[in-house]
Amino acid sequence: MMARDVLTGTHFTQGDFACAEGAIAAGCRFFAGYPITPATEVAERMARRLPEVGGVYLQMEDEIGSVAAIIGASYGGVKSMTATSGPGFSLMQENIGLAVMTEAPIVIVDVMRGGPSTGQPTKTGQQDLMQARWGSHGDYEIIAFAPSSVQESFDLTVQAFNLSEKYRVPVFVMLDEVVGHMRERLVIPPPDQLEIINRKKPAVQPEQYNPFQPEKDLVPPMAVFGEGYRFYATGLTHDETGHPQTDSAEEQTKLVKRLCDKIRVNRDSIVQVKRLLLDDAEVCVVAYGSVARSAVAAVNRARERGVKAGFLGLTTIWPFPDKEIEAIADQVDRIVVAEMNYGQIVREVERRFDYRKITFVPKLGEDPHTPDELLSSIMGYRK
Amino acid sequence: MTQEMHPLEKFTRKGMIPHIWCAGCGDGVILSEFLRALDELKMDLNKVAVVSGIGCIGRISGYVKLDGFHTTHGRAIAFAVGLKASRPDLKVVVISGDGDLFSIGGNHFIHAARRNIDITVICSNNFNYGMTGGQAGPTTILEGRTTTSPYGNIEHPFNLVHLAAGSGAVYVARWTTAHVRRIRESIKKTLTKKGFTFIEVISPCPEQYGRRNRMGEIMDQFNWLREKSVVQHFSDPLKAEVALDRIVVGEFVDLDKPEYTDLLRRQMMTVQGTLDKDGRLTNAPL
Repeated sequence: MMARDVLTGTHFTQGDFACAEGAIAAGCRFFAGYPITPATEVAERMARRLPEVGGVYLQMEDEIGSVAAIIGASYGGVKSMTATSGPGFSLMQENIGLAVMTEAPIVIVDVMRGGPSTGQPTKTGQQDLMQARWGSHGDYEIIAFAPSSVQESFDLTVQAFNLSEKYRVPVFVMLDEVVGHMRERLVIPPPDQLEIINRKKPAVQPEQYNPFQPEKDLVPPMAVFGEGYRFYATGLTHDETGHPQTDSAEEQTKLVKRLCDKIRVNRDSIVQVKRLLLDDAEVCVVAYGSVARSAVAAVNRARERGVKAGFLGLTTIWPFPDKEIEAIADQVDRIVVAEMNYGQIVREVERRFDYRKITFVPKLGEDPHTPDELLSSIMGYRK
Repeated sequence: MTQEMHPLEKFTRKGMIPHIWCAGCGDGVILSEFLRALDELKMDLNKVAVVSGIGCIGRISGYVKLDGFHTTHGRAIAFAVGLKASRPDLKVVVISGDGDLFSIGGNHFIHAARRNIDITVICSNNFNYGMTGGQAGPTTILEGRTTTSPYGNIEHPFNLVHLAAGSGAVYVARWTTAHVRRIRESIKKTLTKKGFTFIEVISPCPEQYGRRNRMGEIMDQFNWLREKSVVQHFSDPLKAEVALDRIVVGEFVDLDKPEYTDLLRRQMMTVQGTLDKDGRLTNAPL
C-alpha cells in the first residue's frame, strides 16, 4: 500500500525536512540531486520518503545534471524538485535558463551558506539572492521565497510548486542554513486544507496544439511527453509552434517580453511580506530568513524603549517587494536593512528609498544578527 | 499534378525541413535510418521521445515528428535520465554529437551507462565541432588539423566504444555512415533492448574536418569510410581503433543485466510492502 503523502499532524523537525514534506504534499514525485552541505537533509528525506509514495529519488552525478533531470521529469508530467547550496546553485544556473526558456515548472531549494567558492559550508549565509535573480544569462523573471521558520519552509515549498505550475517558471525556496537546520514546531494540515495547483493542460487536439501559444494570462497550456501531442521544445528562441527562430528580432522580443511579463503582470498576487508595527513607525527594519526573527525581537525591544520601530519582512524576494518599500518610504525616517551578506537586498531597497537614510547591517560568517545587534542599529538612528 | 510524398515524410515535423546540414554530412544518414528503424519496428510513435544537445545533429530532435527536446550543450543524457526515470513507459533516445556527448557532457554519459538506465544513445562522431566552425574535440584523431589544432592535434582521442563498454553499456556498436543497413539494424536492436545502449556512427564532415585534412570530395570521404572499415564483431573494444588507415566497426557488447527503472520499481514495491496499516514506514519518523 502507498504511504500517506501529507503527514498531517504536529511535528518537531528541521527546515530541510519541512521542504521535503512540503514538496511531497504538493505532489512532487521526482527528486534529482547531489549531496551538499547544508542541503543534504532535503535529499536524504526525499530518498526515504519518495519510494513510499510512488515517487523517484535519483542521485545525479552533479548539480548540472540534477536540473537537467528535473526538467526532463517535468516534461514527463511529474512535479519535480532538486535541492542544493551555493556551489551547486552556481552550477545549476545554465539549466535554470533552459527551464525558463522551455517554461518547465521546477522547484529548487537552495539552503544558503557562506561564499564565495567553497566558503564556509557549515555556516549560515544569505549570499545567493542576487544569483537567484541574475545567475543565468539573458533577460528573465523567476520567483524566490525566503522562509524564516520551519513552518514557512513547508508552506512556501507548497506555494513554490503551485506557482511553478501556474506560471511554468522555476521557483526557488531559499533557506539560510539556520532555517534549514533549526528544529521547531511544524503543523501539517489535512490534505483537503492544502491548496494545490496543477499546470494547465491543452484543451485542443494534438494537430491544433502550439506548445508555446499563450492564453490570456501569458502562460501556454502544457502538454507532456508520451500523450500523443508529439511536440518539440528547445532552448533556442522559438515561436509559438516551438520552432527555432534564431534570426528574427520580432520573435526574440516577443518571447523574452512574454517570459518576463507573465511574472511582472502578476507580481501583486505573488509578492508576500510581513508587516509589524508599521502604522506609526519612524524607523523600519527590513529583513528576511532567520534574520527576520531577530529583527522582530529587536523592534519589540525598541518599542519598549519608546522608539517607534516597525518591521517589514520579505517573504518573497523575487519579484522584489518594491511597492511595499515605497509604501513606507514617505512615512519612515530610516530603514535598517539587515542581511547575512555584504550588500545584496539593500541595493534593491536603495532603488526605492533614499540611500542616505538607510542603515545597512551586514553580517558574515558566524550566526545571524542578534536582537541586541539590531537594536543598537535601530537606536543609533536618533543621533 | 500531385506530388509524391517521401516515404519518411510522415515521421518528420512540418516546417522544420529543410534541415541545416551541409551537403555530404553524415547526419542525414542517421536521421533517415532512425526513422526507417521506427517504421520497420512499427513503434508506437506517441511513446518515443528524442532528446538532443547542441551541435549540428542537435537539431534532430526537432526534425522528427515525435516528442522532442533540445537541451543545453552536453545535457541531453541528463534530461533523458530524468524523463526516463519518471516515465518508464517511454522509449527515450538521445541523438547527439561527439563534442556534446563526450566533452561537455561526458560525465552524464558514463554515469547513465553505469546505472544501466534504459536509454539509447546514438553519437554522430565527425571528429570536430562542426557547427562552430571546425574546432578540435575529444574525438579528433591524433595529428588531425582543425581551427584550434592548426599544427596538428597532440591530444589522444577517446575510443568511444571502449569508453561505453567500460562504463557499463549493455549494447555497444560502431558503424560508419557507409554502413546504412547495419546502422538501421543496430538502432532496431537498441530500440527493443532494455538497458543503456550505445551506437557510435563515424560521420563525415566535408565542410570542416574533411576540408582541413585534405580528405577530398564528398565521395572520396564516403569511400574512405567504406574502404578502411573492418568489421570485427565482439572484438576487444580496447583494440577497436579509429585511424586514417583502419576503422574497426561492428557490435562489441550485447549483454543483459538488471535495468535501472526495473530495479527502481521493484524497490518501490518492496518499500511499500513494509508499510504499516496506516501507510507509514515505522522507521522514518519526521
